[in-house]
Amino acid sequence: MSSGVTIVTGKKNRGGGFVLSGLAWVVGILFVMPVLWMLLTSFHSEEDAAKNPPDIAAPLSLGGYKAFFDTGPWPSLANSLTASVLSTALVILLAFPAAYALSIRPVKKWTDVLFFFLSTKMLPVVAGLLPIYLFAQSVNFLDNIWLLIILYTSMNLPIAVWMLRSFLSEVPVEILEAASVDGASITRTLRSVVAPVVTPGIASAALICFIFSWNELLFARVLTGTVAQTAPVFLTGFVTSQGLFLAKVCAASIVVSLPVLIAGFAAQDKLVQGLSLGAVK
Amino acid sequence: MSVDTKDAPSKPKHSGTQTGSFMRKTGDWARRAPLLPALIFMIVVTQLPFLVTLFTSFMDWNAYYPDERGFAGIDNFRRVLTDANTRHAIWVTILLTAGVVLISLLLGLGIALLLDRKFRGRGAVRTMMITPFLVVPVAAALLWKHALYNPSYGLFNGVLKWIFGENAPQPDWISNQPLWSIIFALVWQWTPFMMLILLAGLQSRPLDVIEAAGIDGANQWEIFRYMTLPHLRQYLELSALLGSIYVVQNFDAVFTITSGGLGTANLPYTIYQTFYTAHDYGRASAAGVIVVIGTIAIATFALRSVSTLFREESGK
Repeated sequence: MSSGVTIVTGKKNRGGGFVLSGLAWVVGILFVMPVLWMLLTSFHSEEDAAKNPPDIAAPLSLGGYKAFFDTGPWPSLANSLTASVLSTALVILLAFPAAYALSIRPVKKWTDVLFFFLSTKMLPVVAGLLPIYLFAQSVNFLDNIWLLIILYTSMNLPIAVWMLRSFLSEVPVEILEAASVDGASITRTLRSVVAPVVTPGIASAALICFIFSWNELLFARVLTGTVAQTAPVFLTGFVTSQGLFLAKVCAASIVVSLPVLIAGFAAQDKLVQGLSLGAVK
Repeated sequence: MSVDTKDAPSKPKHSGTQTGSFMRKTGDWARRAPLLPALIFMIVVTQLPFLVTLFTSFMDWNAYYPDERGFAGIDNFRRVLTDANTRHAIWVTILLTAGVVLISLLLGLGIALLLDRKFRGRGAVRTMMITPFLVVPVAAALLWKHALYNPSYGLFNGVLKWIFGENAPQPDWISNQPLWSIIFALVWQWTPFMMLILLAGLQSRPLDVIEAAGIDGANQWEIFRYMTLPHLRQYLELSALLGSIYVVQNFDAVFTITSGGLGTANLPYTIYQTFYTAHDYGRASAAGVIVVIGTIAIATFALRSVSTLFREESGK
């Protein structure tokens, strides 16, 4: 463990420090490698993509992307966008007032309420899937994007409540009091005093909810069909091999992952707070 | 006047208005009002369906035999628990969850320690590390299945040919080690998650105390063993528990990489099949209830660990 010691205190140890920095780089590159490989392969022709050993310097081609877009992914991408954006908007709309009532003007037993929200996150999706399916079937709500919007909202609401609460608890109470002395109503206080202070928090909570909605497969797979199918469901069409199709699969995976990569890098600094449901800052 | 909301949670802050009990009641409701939409929404969308599942798990209900619907008692549970497939699925779920969580926790700890130092390009390495977590799970599983594991054109066998030439071994990774194939694909996605939480933990260490210990003659290993590790304990717990809660439910990777074949069907996949293809609703519900019971065990610890961190943060 002698090599691990410099890590602990961050004390300058030239030689060992150099090795550890190098190691960090190697590990980072190893972890990002599959994604880079996928990116490179997506720009190769199918013939080059299937070569073994691989031909890194093969000429670049847009064939994979063209083949992917020829399979008609736009409706499912649009569905994913609708479901993610609308559910995220709904989440923030519901979570913001709730977080307000759990931090700035807290209700009685606010910690119990907070932990109730968290506990719903621990209920496995499969446990509620069947009744939701049967209910949707009986009211003719299957294969409807609104069903997913509602379910994604419930999936992400606890995360958003926890995150926004931890942001709101940083709002200086003096500003609020000044506003209430001025006779501002709750809605006005929320809109003009609290919101500006916590806008960055709202943005990162929204990005994280967007990512989770965009990624979701099980609900979408079971509850949608041809009409409301989302992008991850569309991707499951590539589960079984179809001859030379590696470049197409890689192109598909890149296109579908792109929004999440963008949202994730944008929310990078707040990612850990969202993932730990606000428990870690 | 500055009232710390965290330290005085239920203390009314505006004193003048709340004189009569009527006023207090309307005040309480005014406080609750912003909370209610979210609360009611969550109860309706998450708690009601689970109650129905619980109810259905005691019923004889197969969509193919609609006439035979009735009360089944604990029959479904008995059938689920004695069925060889389900028992195997329970075992797979445990192996998969434990494997993914333990390996990614250890890797995540090592990488967090590496990243908890100042060095050139630290931000870039951190970004590279996060990337796997930002690939859509189905896409990640497709990437591992087709672009890495594939025996004839996957990168792994390609690298083997690069190193060992034309006669290199070309194993069929998924067929040889189906469960490990899934575990490694998931470890790749979950290590960044563990790393991020542990790194946040490392960076919240009281550095002055650690420096003082160094001055007092504690060696580096002692500092790690007796100061860093105890401080990290709750972060390790939290990341392990949250990771377990997500991985125990994994459907995407199993569905994509092996389609539940080769003995890799875990409980979520088995339930999906029982209900989606076999339409045995009673049995699917019973299996669902079993997953919930298993999750409650983990979740109880998870909630406790979150609440410890929560109280410490509030106490600051």
